[in-house]
Amino acid sequence: MSDTVVDEAVPGAASAAAFIEVDGVEKVFDVRRKAGFLRRTRHEVRAVDSLSFTVARGEMVGYIGPNGAGKSTTIKMLTGILTPSAGRLRVAGIDPSRQRARLAHRMGVVFGQRTTLWWDLPLIDSYRLMRRMYRIPDGRYAENLARCVELLELGDLLEVPVRQLSLGQRMRGDIAAALLHDPEVLYLDEPTIGLDVVSKVKVRAFLRDLNKERGTTVLLTTHDLTDIEQLCRRVMVIDHGRLVYDGELDGLHDLGGGERTLVVDLERELPPLDVEFARVVRVEGARQWLAFPAGQSAAPLVARIAERYPLADLSVREPDIESVIARMYARDASVAP
Amino acid sequence: MADPIGQVRAGARAFRMISGMWIRSTLTYRASFAMTTVGNFALTGLEFVGILLMFSQVDRLGGYSLPEIAFLYGTAGAAFGLADLFAGSLGRLGTRVRDGTLDAFLVRPAPVLAQVAADRFALRRLGRVVQGLAVLGWSLLALDVAWTPVKVLLVPVLLISGGAIFSAVFMAGAAFQIVAQDAAEVQNAATFGGNAMLQYPPTVFGDNLLRGVTFVLPLAFVNWLPALYILDRPYPLDLPRSLAFAPPLVAAACLAAAGLAWRAALRAYRSTGS
Repeated sequence: MSDTVVDEAVPGAASAAAFIEVDGVEKVFDVRRKAGFLRRTRHEVRAVDSLSFTVARGEMVGYIGPNGAGKSTTIKMLTGILTPSAGRLRVAGIDPSRQRARLAHRMGVVFGQRTTLWWDLPLIDSYRLMRRMYRIPDGRYAENLARCVELLELGDLLEVPVRQLSLGQRMRGDIAAALLHDPEVLYLDEPTIGLDVVSKVKVRAFLRDLNKERGTTVLLTTHDLTDIEQLCRRVMVIDHGRLVYDGELDGLHDLGGGERTLVVDLERELPPLDVEFARVVRVEGARQWLAFPAGQSAAPLVARIAERYPLADLSVREPDIESVIARMYARDASVAP
Repeated sequence: MADPIGQVRAGARAFRMISGMWIRSTLTYRASFAMTTVGNFALTGLEFVGILLMFSQVDRLGGYSLPEIAFLYGTAGAAFGLADLFAGSLGRLGTRVRDGTLDAFLVRPAPVLAQVAADRFALRRLGRVVQGLAVLGWSLLALDVAWTPVKVLLVPVLLISGGAIFSAVFMAGAAFQIVAQDAAEVQNAATFGGNAMLQYPPTVFGDNLLRGVTFVLPLAFVNWLPALYILDRPYPLDLPRSLAFAPPLVAAACLAAAGLAWRAALRAYRSTGS
């Protein structure tokens, strides 16, 4: 095994040490809708479309995209919950959907939205059951549990039934549960969603140490760009099921961070506005998104628009993930037919 | 998946671990456990009180005496109770499919069926088994039957294979709930409804229903066919008397079929998601 993979991790490039391999993976859902008594219309929803990437052992990768972009579907395929409709997928050389239980010993999963713990039982009962289910040696278990209890501050919570924990406490409990069996890869689906600032800081610090000290491969989805900034050098952006960016975080900043966005609601639908120093990046009905340099004041721009067009409402957005993705998507759409 | 014996063994291990955890957690509140178990026992006992009340007005029901009815009631109740104890949790799978918590079972290194079956394992369901066995015990004392070694042996065989047949119905119901999501009532009709039906002699039901529960959903093999052999009663539909010994085979076939249905349903879930 190469000992330099962490530093060599070239985004997008197939590496001999690739730990997660995703090659042309698709996931198509067959959605049936009621269309009258006993009648159903069927149509296909392409949640993930020709997705390809590799992640090297020990990498920490941020996986971002708007709601419904296919992030969770990707994680569900990587963990073996869902079977891909097409393409090839390997984690540690294992096909997740075929050898679900075998892979389960080597991975940890945290779903931010729902717990994998036993809801009605004290936290410690869930951990004890994990120990037996994953056949964790006693020494390892004691060591890992002690470490998680200390760093995630779970000491007072172990005897509390999971359903009585706050969201932040539960999340920390879930993270600990996912790590007791020393997984080689950890999937985190929105691990900081709904957490207060203090909890977020704790969770991030813990994940950083985990990656650094144990070399655990981490793939995390998030809506919070700060998570990515503080944890990941590499970031992948997915939109409409397609990978629209895979590279250094800095590159993402250059792409979307240098501009602010003016969102204008017009009184009626119009062709893209023609205004100096700003360009329209997106049109949706009577709403248009205009990107303008971050260093420039919005006031003259607004004045110019109000002068020439029937303006109903407006807001200015600082560069955030949504706008980064909006730009990415606009660029993607202009390249693709 | 290619190794069914390994799967069964892994499933049994997971079931033991998870149900053990739930038992320990229930026993931390001993008083509450005792009360719910006694309550369960008493509640199911009320059904039999209803039968006793009926017999205060009539001497025979469908041509059967009270001890004979008690024998049917006790065997059906105990067999169903066993199935409910071990597989009853499968009935709540629909909720887990709807709210997506089934996913949590899929990321753990244990067979999903065992995890679902052992989920919230409720020892208080023993109340139903105990109540069924108590009525059965009384009927054995009161019955006027020429016992042979074969008949004696047939009683435990009946209880175990009957429990297995009901468990298979729970499994098939769980498979159906993955696909249909909200079909718990269909399953309840077959399990709880089937149990209620088997407590009465087949002579009180119409032929079409009897054909259905013999050839389609083989609940007649839970207790009717072996029990009628023990009681020396005529078989419905002119069925051969050798069918009294078929329940273990029927149970094995039902479990195999339900297992296949479960695998197919889980595969469908994993290719469509929730």
